[in-house]
Amino acid sequence: MNRNRKDIIIESLTGISVLLIIFIIISILAITIKGGWPNLSWKFLIEFPKDGMTKGGIFPAIVGTALMTLIMTIAAVPFGVITAVYLAEYAKENSVFAKTIRFAVKTLAVVPSIIFGLFGLGFFIGFIGQNMDKIFNGGVLKWGQPSILWASLTMALLTLPVVIVSVEEAIRTIPVEMREASLALGATKWQTIRRVVLPGSLTGILTGTILAISRGAGEVAPILFTGAAYYLSDLPHSLSDQFMSLGYHIYIMSTQSSNVDATLPIQFATTLVLLLLTFSLNAIAVILRYRIRKKAK
Amino acid sequence: MENLKVRAKNLSLFYGDNPALKNISLDIPEKRVSALIGPSGCGKSTFLRTLNRMNDLIDNVRIEGEVLVDGINIYDRNIDVVNLRKKIGMIFQKSNPFAKSVYDNIAFGPRINGITKKSQLDEIVEYSLRQAAIWDEVKGRLHNSALSLSGGQQQRLCIARTLAVNPEIILMDEPASALDPISTSKIEELIHELKQKYTIVIVTHNMQQAARTSDYTAFFYIGELVEVNRTEIIFSNPSKKQTEDYISGRFG
Repeated sequence: MNRNRKDIIIESLTGISVLLIIFIIISILAITIKGGWPNLSWKFLIEFPKDGMTKGGIFPAIVGTALMTLIMTIAAVPFGVITAVYLAEYAKENSVFAKTIRFAVKTLAVVPSIIFGLFGLGFFIGFIGQNMDKIFNGGVLKWGQPSILWASLTMALLTLPVVIVSVEEAIRTIPVEMREASLALGATKWQTIRRVVLPGSLTGILTGTILAISRGAGEVAPILFTGAAYYLSDLPHSLSDQFMSLGYHIYIMSTQSSNVDATLPIQFATTLVLLLLTFSLNAIAVILRYRIRKKAK
Repeated sequence: MENLKVRAKNLSLFYGDNPALKNISLDIPEKRVSALIGPSGCGKSTFLRTLNRMNDLIDNVRIEGEVLVDGINIYDRNIDVVNLRKKIGMIFQKSNPFAKSVYDNIAFGPRINGITKKSQLDEIVEYSLRQAAIWDEVKGRLHNSALSLSGGQQQRLCIARTLAVNPEIILMDEPASALDPISTSKIEELIHELKQKYTIVIVTHNMQQAARTSDYTAFFYIGELVEVNRTEIIFSNPSKKQTEDYISGRFG
């Protein structure tokens, strides 16, 4: 086989792989849009489900997803930023401690999400929640059961690596000259971090946050046992309430409904909403990340 | 007799086991300009950075000997490096304004020192920019990004930023090496003005610049201080052959 022919075969193979991926993405989008778009309406977004989820809208699932990601963000972002600052600024590159943290972060990123769900159930609900009830509530069940708080914290654990990696990358793009300028003016290390490094890493922090939100908004497994509800007639009012979520709602409708076929249009429309949400969040993150990399060069 | 502001005594610096400075003893007189010259890698920048302990930032650096500033050894264990650096400002080779407005760049130092009153900050900002001879060029755009200024303006902004902390000594690490001739001459004029109030140590590659701006010149070669004297003597009648070879352009 001559060289030329080999090249042609390899080029064709790579080309076909790319086409295949594009084909899959377009198929998913096309099917979802075709099935979902006609059922998407303003009312669909602001109504509660009706008639065994065969009618009505997905308002509580949207609100639930939003609240859950909000609480998750409040928990994950500060924690992730602090860890990233430690790794980038304080940890000695080759210290055992820093290596351990990095290993832990990497491992956390590849743990299957259902494991997070089980961990949340065992740790947050079984251990922390039930002990809180014993100590503060006289044994009355309040925190020792699934709730939006525990689901959000479980999701925060899942998204933490995303935040840490993005923020650390951004911190490392701040040139050493900037730190030297600050230190030479008599700033302490912390003042340098707070006034120079973190403001300069703002886009990175934002990117990490958005990636975490888009990941968290779509995941189902971690909230399965920790707080997501099948159906609620009311929105969550307290951190100890359960909530509905978009991803879980799709799962419920397609597997648990008494009449799956009748929920099909709503399933499509809900999937479309979820896809639009996560795609647009990812797009924003990609743009921000591109801008950071450009700045770094 | 000059008043000695900084005195390095038997100062040696090692990167790991490699000596970068070998037993340097050098006096820096107050309110004069002292130039450090020598070929690349001779240790002049390293020496400059020992004076405000900027080398602390690098791992695996070991220092022997002492550096006295106003008679106090800055390598003593109980020295507060942060306060030391407020007293000893530094201008870097590559101008490094923060990605903030002109105003916020100058106000950075005063703010970390706890000054928050706007009128007071305004005053410091204007005074510092005037001292650095850049006020007239930027007074209309104090709230624009400092990165929108030209290279020469950025460097004078960095000088103003240092002045805002009210230092006594200013270290300059090849401050004009990245600038065009006009910007360079502005910096040199500025150095001439600033020595009325500040003790200045300048590292330069440019022999004419050393001759024009400095009162004293020290010649470094491979980590050693070869010769130091009044600038006109170094350039007209150096006592060491190495110095003469270097300033006459025979090597380096």
